[in-house]
Amino acid sequence: MHPPPSSQSDVVLDVRNMTTEFTTKWGRVRAVDDVSYQVRRGETLGVVGESGSGKSVTALSIMRLVPSPAGRIVGGEVFLNGRDLLKLSDKEMSKVRGGEISMILQDPMQALNPVFTVGQQVGETIRIHEGLRGRPLADKVIEALKKVRIPAPERRVKDYPHQLSGGMRQRVVGAIGISSSPSVVIADEPTTSLDVTIQAAYLRLLRQLQDEYGLAIVFITHDFGVVAKMCHRVAVMYAGRIVEMADVRTIFNNPLHEYTKALIGSVPRMDADGDRLPQLDGQPPLLHDLPAGDAFAPRSKLEFSPEDAGVRPELVEVEEGHWVQLSRPSVAAFDHYSHMVSYG
Amino acid sequence: MFAFLRKRLVASVLAVLIVTVIVFVLARLQGDPRTLYLDENMSQETYEALGRELGLDRPVVVQYFIFIGNVATGDLGISMHQRTPVADIVMERLPATLKLAVAGFLFSLLVGVPLGILSAVKRGSVWDVAGRGFAVLGHSLPSFWVGIMAIFVFSVQLGWLPPFGDGGLDHYILPAIALGWAAAGGQMRLVRSAMLETLDSQYIVLARAKGVNERDIVFKHALRNALLAPLTFAGLTLGSLITGAIIIETVFAWPGLGLLAINAVVASDYAILQGVMIVITVLYIVTSLLVDLIYGWIDPRIRYD
Repeated sequence: MHPPPSSQSDVVLDVRNMTTEFTTKWGRVRAVDDVSYQVRRGETLGVVGESGSGKSVTALSIMRLVPSPAGRIVGGEVFLNGRDLLKLSDKEMSKVRGGEISMILQDPMQALNPVFTVGQQVGETIRIHEGLRGRPLADKVIEALKKVRIPAPERRVKDYPHQLSGGMRQRVVGAIGISSSPSVVIADEPTTSLDVTIQAAYLRLLRQLQDEYGLAIVFITHDFGVVAKMCHRVAVMYAGRIVEMADVRTIFNNPLHEYTKALIGSVPRMDADGDRLPQLDGQPPLLHDLPAGDAFAPRSKLEFSPEDAGVRPELVEVEEGHWVQLSRPSVAAFDHYSHMVSYG
Repeated sequence: MFAFLRKRLVASVLAVLIVTVIVFVLARLQGDPRTLYLDENMSQETYEALGRELGLDRPVVVQYFIFIGNVATGDLGISMHQRTPVADIVMERLPATLKLAVAGFLFSLLVGVPLGILSAVKRGSVWDVAGRGFAVLGHSLPSFWVGIMAIFVFSVQLGWLPPFGDGGLDHYILPAIALGWAAAGGQMRLVRSAMLETLDSQYIVLARAKGVNERDIVFKHALRNALLAPLTFAGLTLGSLITGAIIIETVFAWPGLGLLAINAVVASDYAILQGVMIVITVLYIVTSLLVDLIYGWIDPRIRYD
């Protein structure tokens, strides 16, 4: 694991109070609720949570690709290298997408267009953002494929996605992601559909690319095992909100929120005894039917009075760089933080 | 690509052969053709002489091979009533039918495909509602009724367009709409659902994340993937428009194969019917073959299998 970047001033992506809602048949649903995080140059921020926790919708909101008209960003700011993306015109935004900020999507089987060759799909990004055509474009495509260590790129450019293996396809998606030298890459579960050895190789590749180009990576996953290998800092999301955020060492050594502890506890360990993994009771919340106040209260092992459960917990910086959502019972459980929280 | 081509060609030839068997058997099922030529008081000698002339004295299997041999060399027999070669009569009428079918086909494509794209891209909008209404009407209104109403309104009442017959471009408008509306409706629905499905896919999200503009998203990334099902339908449509022309030609007094076939039925001129059937099925098979080839061109996964 390479060291995390030290400078505080290197923030390239600064998401503030992002809130995104969807109109569904059950009414308005808040999929992302007041989420803020920063990513620095050369840093990987892991965003972890169950499906439906809002981690992917946050990413789509940053890219302004929330499916409309159902979904809508209702508040917040997204500063990319100092510019608020939410204030850009559609045309300006489409120049930013794939240029300054790019995305690596989850399923390489689905993420590539089946009717275009690898070369056409990688070339499209470069053509859009660098205006290259013809021979220089072809050279740049091969260069991009080389960057993601695709063997014999001169031949691969003429292949269609269905002629490549899953790992190769994911590399092509990666090549599209980095081909126009972005400052931020959002990787949405990039390794979920790959088998373990290919996954490890791909993660290594991402880290190498990060070192070479100083990429800031937002790494979305539900797998804490991958987080440990990949990320400098971690934000844990639940029901559209960040419940805990800290550097990766703190998250593993001193998790404070019950939900974080449960997620870490459910990673299989080679050295553990016993035959059952610990599990978190209850179901992930339904966003259209969120309990008012503390969404996690129904699954908590702590005792919540109805009044406690009705209080919306604040995200509090309990030590430097370590943010936790503190509910009243959890504060009582670790008394020494209580002076930092005040409930009205 | 060549293996693909060869496979399709072999399948097409087989299909044509099967059709000739069916046509041959159907013709025999109509009974003894000699009874159509001769009156009840014919002598046994005349009867047998005609049988020899028509080749009916040979075994059935031999008759079949003579039949396909003739078909293969373009000999479709002699019309009993007009006493001229069927091939000449059919070929004389074929262009009119083809032109009408192509006109209906173009109408179905030029209206159905853009309307389907529009409905999908502007889902739930006025365009979508109007497009789907157009499709439902096209499916539910019988084409001959549409033809008659169109003549009544646009020719008789308004006097804008000619009511019948072949001629300039204006002669094509009403029959093309009457013939192509149902197909246009089907095409619209297929394009719409295929577009909705592709627009929802991951590679469209990725294309957007790459910064591809909305026009290229719709017409380049989505449309080409969405075209497969509509393309099959278009191929079938062109075939069925050729057969569908039979009714529309009657309504618009269009001098094509359809009118020829109807008159042949009335006159029991089965040689002509047989000729029309063979020509139409061969056309149908050729269009299917073309569709398969276009498939391979659009979707690389088919080409390389």
